[in-house]
Amino acid sequence: MLHAAIEVHLGAFRLDIDVDVDDGEVVALLGPNGAGKTTALRVIAGLQPLDNGRIELDGSVLDDPAADVFVPTAERPIGVVFQDYLLFPRLSALDNVAFGLRARGHGKASARNRARDWLERFALAEHAYAKPRTLSGGQAQRVALARALATDPRLLLLDEPLAALDAGTRLQVRTELRRHLATFHGARLLVTHDPVDALVLADRLVIVEQGHITQTGTPAAVTARPASRYIAQLVGINLLHGTATGEHTVRLDTGAELTVADPLPGLDIALAIRPQAIALHRQTPDGSPRNAWAATVTDLEADRDRVRVSLAGPVPATAEITPAAVADLDLAPGISVWATVKAVDLTAYER
Amino acid sequence: MNRRRPGARRAKQQRAPWLVLPLAAAAVAYVAVPFVALLQRAPWSNLSDLVGRPVVIDALRLSMTTALAATGIALLLGIPLAWVLARTRFPGRSAARALVILPMVLPPVVGGAALLFAFGRRGLLGGPVYDSTGFLLPFSMWGVVAANTFVAMPFLVLTVESGLRAADPRYEDAAATLGASRSMIFRRITVPHAAPSIIAGAVLCWARALGEFGATVTFAGNLQGRTQTMPLAVFLALESDRDAAIALSLVLIAVSLAVLLPLRDRWLSV
Repeated sequence: MLHAAIEVHLGAFRLDIDVDVDDGEVVALLGPNGAGKTTALRVIAGLQPLDNGRIELDGSVLDDPAADVFVPTAERPIGVVFQDYLLFPRLSALDNVAFGLRARGHGKASARNRARDWLERFALAEHAYAKPRTLSGGQAQRVALARALATDPRLLLLDEPLAALDAGTRLQVRTELRRHLATFHGARLLVTHDPVDALVLADRLVIVEQGHITQTGTPAAVTARPASRYIAQLVGINLLHGTATGEHTVRLDTGAELTVADPLPGLDIALAIRPQAIALHRQTPDGSPRNAWAATVTDLEADRDRVRVSLAGPVPATAEITPAAVADLDLAPGISVWATVKAVDLTAYER
Repeated sequence: MNRRRPGARRAKQQRAPWLVLPLAAAAVAYVAVPFVALLQRAPWSNLSDLVGRPVVIDALRLSMTTALAATGIALLLGIPLAWVLARTRFPGRSAARALVILPMVLPPVVGGAALLFAFGRRGLLGGPVYDSTGFLLPFSMWGVVAANTFVAMPFLVLTVESGLRAADPRYEDAAATLGASRSMIFRRITVPHAAPSIIAGAVLCWARALGEFGATVTFAGNLQGRTQTMPLAVFLALESDRDAAIALSLVLIAVSLAVLLPLRDRWLSV
């Protein structure tokens, strides 16, 4: 398990956060760009020294300026998946994965054999001799993950593991990544600026703003009770739980059924809906939107140029609409409305 | 307001500003005319006879060997130096860089004279070495190599340094997280990533060494078969035997082109 008490000064910027990650746990550092998330990862990996604090992994101290302890990066049992993956461009996928084993003293043949096992595990056997630039984004990510795990680390760090992908492949790769992360039993810490990535991949969120932690908790707890307006905006995402009843339909615990555009990844499903994706109507919606339900407004909360509307009913959710729409619809607590959401705006993942 | 002729944007990028084309053409002509003049004066009928003379063979062999040796030494010393200049910060770093570049801007004759005072028979280092071992660097083939290295190494150092600066240092971070030692990172990541600049720098260095004249003649002299390189042979032949000088020049041009042309597209951004 990781205990990190991090204090780093970079010019006027000060990063001051404490992060603990248990074995088997996935923690996401979530925050806007420039919040210091990547710096935190670099410090834990030993690519940047602490100014103050202490980093401890499985009981051994890796960095403690007060005690004058600093374990160099190469000697830390930590695997890192970098942003853009940073696969060595001149080496094949196989030699990328074998690199860490070679560095840790394996002979060429033994390193390649073990690397081949890892590629097989990640369904990459046929790409063993491919150069990184010929791999798709999802394949490159799996090679990066295999490379980081091949040295048998006790902690896995992932820096924006999905940021390099286009929107089309992102959803699928996110599901795969979640599955692969589950096969690693050590502590896992990932950095992302995307709330959906964090909600899908992490057991616990640590929200970082301007170098400080502003909230921590499970995805459900943080989304239910965002501690600040910023967090509400950042992770103000509706999370619903249900069971797959068809390839594209989910029955919520409340009994309502929702339709998802992509095939469902499993049986026990969590659905994420961005509040902006929920549209409100006073009349029964025209046409036949597949996801429509009757709801009661329970609360209205103005947030700059947006109004967050809390809805009770078969799909408990929060919608975010413009003040003009609120006036148009003449919304107030207690009023009944119709809510709709497009199937493509539902992100489903296995719980 | 927003109307734009189709293709106007492309035409704008392609049409050269006034006077640029004539001046560019003049530049090409200025380089081309001397070569044409040389070719026009070439003694084509007895060229093979002239090229086969011992003085030409000796000079060619010596030039090739010494330029290659100088490039080898420059690689051995220059890559580490380029790394230090690109990746470390220490007091006096800019002074060190200025010193290393100095031979590029210095008249080579001055460089040759400086080498003599350092490594000559009564030089700062050469004196004690000569007194104790009898070894003398000047006026030997190794003197030619020393002069070539002195003048040509900066080309390699500067090229490799800029290549190292342009390389993404995060790949080295990635290698470190995989457990690679500093020397493994240098061998397996840093040097391969800088390979294009190392090859380009080596070619520039070799070409400069091949053409070296001033420092060589000052420090190593002009002894056929020992220190008389192609440029020295050309200069000497111009006084006595113009046809031989032209033949030597053609050989030198041919050798340079044979090396530069295949490498040009791949490694040199020219």
